[in-house]
Amino acid sequence: MMIGHIAARELRSLFLSPLAWSVLSVVELIIAYLFLSQVDEYARIQPQLTQMENAPGLTEVVAAPVFGIAAVILLLVAPLLTMRLVSEERRSGTLPLLLSAPVSMTEIVLGKYLGVMAFFLVMVGLILLMPLSLLLGGTLDFGLLAAQVLGLTLMLAAFAAAGLFMSTLTGQPVVAAVGSFGILLLLWILDWADSADAGSGLFAYLSLQHHHEALLKGIFDTSDLVYYLLFITTFLVLSIRRLDAERLQG
Amino acid sequence: MSEESLIGVEHLYRYFGTNCAVKGVSFEVRRGEVVGFLGPNGAGKSTTMRMLTGNLAPSAGSIAVGGIDLLEHPKRAKAAIGYLPEQPPLYRELTVNEYLTYCARLNRIERGRIPGALAAARERCGLADSGSRLIGNLSKGYQQRVGIAQAIIHSPDVVVLDEPTVGLDPIQIREIRSLIRELGGEHSVILSTHILPEVQATCDRVQIIHHGELILSDTIAGLQQRMQTSRLAIGLHRPPDIEKLRAIAGVLSVEPNGADRFHISHHPAESPAETLVLAAARENWGLYELIPERRSLEDVFVDLTTSEPASKEAA
Repeated sequence: MMIGHIAARELRSLFLSPLAWSVLSVVELIIAYLFLSQVDEYARIQPQLTQMENAPGLTEVVAAPVFGIAAVILLLVAPLLTMRLVSEERRSGTLPLLLSAPVSMTEIVLGKYLGVMAFFLVMVGLILLMPLSLLLGGTLDFGLLAAQVLGLTLMLAAFAAAGLFMSTLTGQPVVAAVGSFGILLLLWILDWADSADAGSGLFAYLSLQHHHEALLKGIFDTSDLVYYLLFITTFLVLSIRRLDAERLQG
Repeated sequence: MSEESLIGVEHLYRYFGTNCAVKGVSFEVRRGEVVGFLGPNGAGKSTTMRMLTGNLAPSAGSIAVGGIDLLEHPKRAKAAIGYLPEQPPLYRELTVNEYLTYCARLNRIERGRIPGALAAARERCGLADSGSRLIGNLSKGYQQRVGIAQAIIHSPDVVVLDEPTVGLDPIQIREIRSLIRELGGEHSVILSTHILPEVQATCDRVQIIHHGELILSDTIAGLQQRMQTSRLAIGLHRPPDIEKLRAIAGVLSVEPNGADRFHISHHPAESPAETLVLAAARENWGLYELIPERRSLEDVFVDLTTSEPASKEAA
């Protein structure tokens, strides 16, 4: 209940700022361009596909790359949206409002997290509309599409958790943005280090992208799900601890 | 006083690293009292306020709000507190109504009672017509009012205001002060300030804090008493010989101040004012002024907060 109020305020403030709208429009524009070029590509190779057995469908050829690239673009964009969560409150002196209200630290952190997640879900919804529009003239593999949507959502949930944590560390939104971008990019490229060992090592397991790829192919593995849930929980718990420590240490 | 105690603070300590910002502060605030927390900058006022409202954890000591321990049951205790920090915690992108609704929800006011609480808080803070304005567009004085409205929206038992009149113009200051007096009727108010007349104008009781320690806790009447001195200023058109003044019973010393004015020190217990007037009338000195000198609150404050003995004042 209290979490909902905090989340609603967060979402409302996001939409009251030009930042959220400009991010939404730019992301839509870029992904729409990619989507169209992917549709073009499909039209070009369609004659060859018809001759193949087990030919990849629309969802594999069009939706998978779109969702894959969307994750990369959102990696760049998510820090801009999460950076203000706590650091802006700290900078403008509104944090005491939350801290002196009868609300627990967990409620504050979850409220903020769900607020920004609601925004990300709107974004995923808008991106999803593009492959869905293919239904006008073709058929989609809904199972695969669901896995891809789930993958992107989990990815964004992970971005949001890491971004929220970075935002609790500082009073400067830009520092929070740089920090979360750094940590996300590092986790993204981590498996490049042991790509030689066919991506089986520890680094590969820690890498965000590694877990995303399986879902893009439609492989739903609980270990991937567990990875994301662990990732999110870790950063949320760290955020709560961090805010609590601030109260203790000043 | 027999009324219930709303805030009980015991042996509160707060360290920042090795620096001790608040040292063993203990006090009590009863229902309906307005208590002024006075101290120079950096004395530990804001730190104490932040601890009272759960924004900062004390290093040692206990805080009870309405009998509920703030550290053990933070949620229940915080529900009884309204807090206006030094910088009002406002979301500039929201309108006054949106903001206050959010605050009401944060303080767990039931959905049905929110419009009533909103209207009441706006009415009290003179914001009745500003409900749909953006907070960012309001003047500083009005933003401060929104800050106070936020602190009283859930009718808390205790309202904590940290320097509520900083940066306001004199008329706004008067309005805010009368609002604070009004709040004192049903809430307890803790007010921190470094402006002394503000305490005189609004508070029932004053606590002076210096270097993290409470060095004075007194009623305003008690404070007034401290401000009395044993000095008179007298003005005479036709002054007699200074020795004649010295000879009057009760007079300890006389210092001339210009040609026809004198400062007279006397025993604190007996004022020679009456004898002086009689003598002046009898001998036709032309008395045109007789003022008991008072120390300003500033003097008392400086006296209490400077460690050097203020010998000049005592003379």
